Amino acid sequence: MAASHLGWIANMAVSIGLSIAILILISLGLSVLFGMMGIINLAHGEFLMFGAFATLAGVRLQLPLPVAMILATCVVAAYGWVVERLLIRHLYGRLADSMLATWGLSLVMSQVAVYLFGSSTQGIATPGGSFKVGEFSISVYSVILIVAALGLLGFVYAVFTRTKYGVMARAAVQRPQMAAAIGIDPQRINALTFMFGAGLAGAAGALLAPMVGVMPTMGEAYIARAFMTVVVGGSGVLTGAAAASTLLGGIENIVSYLSTPFFGQAALLILAICLVRVMPTGISGRLRRKL
Amino acid sequence: MIRILSALAVVCVLSLSQSAAIAADKDPIMVGSVLDETGGLNVYGKTMADATRLAVKSINDSGGVLGRPLKLVTYDAQSDNSKYTTYANQLALRDKVSVIMGGITSASREAIRPIADRNKTLYFYNEQYEGGVCDKNVFLTGIVPSQQIAPLVDWAIKNGKKKFYVLAADYNYGHISADWVKQYVKKAGGSVIGVDFIPLDVSEFGSVISKLQEAKPDVVFSLLVGGNHIAFYRQFAAAGLASRMQVVSATFGLGNEQVVLGPQEANGITVAFPYFQELGGAGNDKFRDNWKKAYGAGYPYITDSAVAVWNGWHLWAAAVEKAGSTDRDKVIAALESGVEFDGPSGKVSMDAGTHHLVQNVHLARANDSHGFTVIGEQQAVVPNYERSVCDPKARPGTARQFTPSASAN
Repeated sequence: MAASHLGWIANMAVSIGLSIAILILISLGLSVLFGMMGIINLAHGEFLMFGAFATLAGVRLQLPLPVAMILATCVVAAYGWVVERLLIRHLYGRLADSMLATWGLSLVMSQVAVYLFGSSTQGIATPGGSFKVGEFSISVYSVILIVAALGLLGFVYAVFTRTKYGVMARAAVQRPQMAAAIGIDPQRINALTFMFGAGLAGAAGALLAPMVGVMPTMGEAYIARAFMTVVVGGSGVLTGAAAASTLLGGIENIVSYLSTPFFGQAALLILAICLVRVMPTGISGRLRRKL
Repeated sequence: MIRILSALAVVCVLSLSQSAAIAADKDPIMVGSVLDETGGLNVYGKTMADATRLAVKSINDSGGVLGRPLKLVTYDAQSDNSKYTTYANQLALRDKVSVIMGGITSASREAIRPIADRNKTLYFYNEQYEGGVCDKNVFLTGIVPSQQIAPLVDWAIKNGKKKFYVLAADYNYGHISADWVKQYVKKAGGSVIGVDFIPLDVSEFGSVISKLQEAKPDVVFSLLVGGNHIAFYRQFAAAGLASRMQVVSATFGLGNEQVVLGPQEANGITVAFPYFQELGGAGNDKFRDNWKKAYGAGYPYITDSAVAVWNGWHLWAAAVEKAGSTDRDKVIAALESGVEFDGPSGKVSMDAGTHHLVQNVHLARANDSHGFTVIGEQQAVVPNYERSVCDPKARPGTARQFTPSASAN
């Protein structure tokens, strides 16, 4: 009996943890761009899709999966730098214009993906197999995803607190004039930040690729939830994304488990509306020291 | 300048319409198709659209219909149901086609059907579906639950698996089909211990898999639809459940799930359709060769939906030949007189009373080489349920869908 309880608890913990981890993964890149640059990247879902397809291409070239994932992340980050140079750079401070431009970019990207990879769903088999706890079996890859999400959170924290770029980026956000006065080049910082955000989206796509079907329209399935998480989380890049993911992912999974995935999604949306109503600037909006 | 141009345009239009009137006899017959070739549903639509073009080409290559070539007008509904309404109207009113074929999801069929009815344009729906449509103007070449869900349930129960858990896509197809599963399971002496409806944009199945682990069914009956839902099979296998529960499905394979998934993820999933690419027979050999010639040897897999489309076009062409006219009422009368066609899955015949097909049904399981191994065949299976409720010949005014639970209608 005790063993079966343990199995149930382990299974639920991984299941809820996975829902939260997926939200963290898909919203982290968006959150960095929103929090550090005030840019709302409507092509975020397509950056994610790009990461997934790049991973798929790597695996097709016989690369080991982890190598393919890291390469895909780098490719998407490099692509992000190019996009910033050609498109985003000209639209700083014009929120509506930048939204329109990134939305257009998203359409172009998903059509290019259709052109290059065909419109049918493709995929990579989930690696790792499963292990048993009591009567329940748990996918190894779910645990890997949870660890990877925590790892990425840690990585983002380290980048913004321990690197020269991170400190300069935060300075540029918190005291732009002061930062410029001491010689921080905002253009360079912005390009790097956009590249970083794009890379995070690519990493999310790469990590999700072995769990879901990879297709040109896959971004659409995530983009709404990613935005919801960022809006609820507010401008604190890490605290916001982590807290909002935990609340929304947790409630979605528990309600789905108790009723159906339909009500799970409804619960997520209702909670998001309530939270934004009570805290218009998001969960992290009231924190003084933002990250 | 503008005036001159518009005058020229008027002259052009006039002369065009005049020449059209003179050459009416040799004019092509306009025919139309609406399918989702882009967007989430193109996992089904791509192959169906390819089948449409190949069918029209093959009919034209063998001399057309009534000595006239077919001119195909196609629209891409982009996985957006509202586009079906627009394009069905365009096909009926602007392109004035003799027949509309198309629609993939049942929602899209129900978008096209009233428009085709209202505009008195013949409509073919060529896709597996939940059954029960009874409409003088509509012909359906897909397999229905009494031909598909019933044999799947029987197969599972015969193999000693009695506890069913149903996972269904959350729209009319999934809901009505889930009712069918419940009914057939009860009839066969099994029990349904759970039903979950999954919205089409869900691709994370952690909570569903938790529930399955607790309920411990013998059989998971999947009525999942679309590219996002493919993730279920992957996560199900990754959680190590594939060896503990048998998955049977009425939809698996239509979106080439067995090609997308790894062999160890798809292996053993059991399905029932009229057509599998692996089927033997001279008819299928020829069909496969034709297909490969048109679309290349690397084509992923020719789905059952593609063959339903192929059968639809050829049955319509045969009916027009028989009627000697493209007039809708005459073609309907010809179709109701029992038209037959030797398709890739064997002989199919239009069931006069129900507007559905009497056709062979094959049971198969996904194998470890991205294909299916056929494990059983039932010949000339009739659409039982439709026969019990539907008779458009006797009651031509009927235009509705019958469902197992009256409240669903």
